[in-house]
Amino acid sequence: MNGERLRRTMLFVPGNNPGMIADAHIYGSDAVMFDLEDSVSMGEKDAARMLVYNALKTIDYGKVEIVVRVNPLSTPYGRDDIFAMVAAGCPVIRMPKTECAQDVIDTEKCIEEAEKTAGVEIGTTKILTAVESALGITNAYSIATASSRIIGIALGAEDYCANLKTTRSQEGTELFYARSAIVVAARAAGIDALDTVYSNVNDTEGLIEQTKLIKQLGFDGKSIINPRQIAPINEVFRPTDKDIEKALRIIKAAEEAEKRGSGVVSLDGKMVDKPVVMRAQRVITVARAMNIIGEEV
Amino acid sequence: MKLEKNGVAGTLESGDIMVEIRPSEKQGINVELESTVANLFGRQIKQVIIETAEKCGLENVDIIANDKGSLDCTIRARVTTAALRATGGEFKW
Repeated sequence: MNGERLRRTMLFVPGNNPGMIADAHIYGSDAVMFDLEDSVSMGEKDAARMLVYNALKTIDYGKVEIVVRVNPLSTPYGRDDIFAMVAAGCPVIRMPKTECAQDVIDTEKCIEEAEKTAGVEIGTTKILTAVESALGITNAYSIATASSRIIGIALGAEDYCANLKTTRSQEGTELFYARSAIVVAARAAGIDALDTVYSNVNDTEGLIEQTKLIKQLGFDGKSIINPRQIAPINEVFRPTDKDIEKALRIIKAAEEAEKRGSGVVSLDGKMVDKPVVMRAQRVITVARAMNIIGEEV
Repeated sequence: MKLEKNGVAGTLESGDIMVEIRPSEKQGINVELESTVANLFGRQIKQVIIETAEKCGLENVDIIANDKGSLDCTIRARVTTAALRATGGEFKW
């Protein structure tokens, strides 16, 4: 998460389906990602772009973060997608198939041009990059730091596995390096790390296991393809009462040490290291963002 | 605006509207609407179709629409897409 914004669940919604576009925000995902890319056939790119443009200009999506996955700039659709979404006030553009920093720079340039044309303040539109190839993973850090507009870096596993000449497995062994590379790049850049989709919507146990794994690796959340996947993922990311209680005690001890002018924090007779304090602060930030505890605690 | 060909957009799925725009011998914008909610919203749907067609610069056209409970924003999107497909025009974002 970047600041207070949670991105545990980012729900993909096909960009040419008006029924889904109208209802997508009611299920409680942290973000909704309207897709103009893979879920839209070549012959319907214009229709989907126009539909999402009109929806964004009309429907009040409340507090849900709105993201639109555009087509790559290397296709005949990418530039129009960006101009349409910026004009509609889309807050975040998801760049698919990002391979290197230059892809981000080119996209940023196009967004800036679109912002000027639409009369939108320069810098308003943020970027979420998605890495879907071996080259993209190799360049993860330079991609993550290529623009101050970037809020996160996501993994697209299907294309990545095809590029690696392998297939996806239940345990995700083939994704260990890519996932770790993305988390490390994201943390070094100070942005969010977002995992790929879990495609089998009927396998909740598998989804929970995978979510536990990516949470342990350090991810902030993952893309999803069905509202049924929201609750199990949120549950995995929910800090336990025990975690929160411990985190509050650590922070209180750190505050008291600061008041005393002491650089050493101790709790229950044991010294507490700085990373432990930072982790405790993160638990509290997440708990607050999830409304488990209030601001006053 | 002159039509190059007939323009079609949308689907017959719930929440969508299928729109076909054809050149017409008759004057003005002539709408033929079939809708699952015609009794309640027929007049409003026709109004949105006509307003959108006018904004697209269409004249002397027949618009055949089959509505499956679409929102106004969907109607605007489908009519505009059908108009652009019929005229070969480009939208100014």
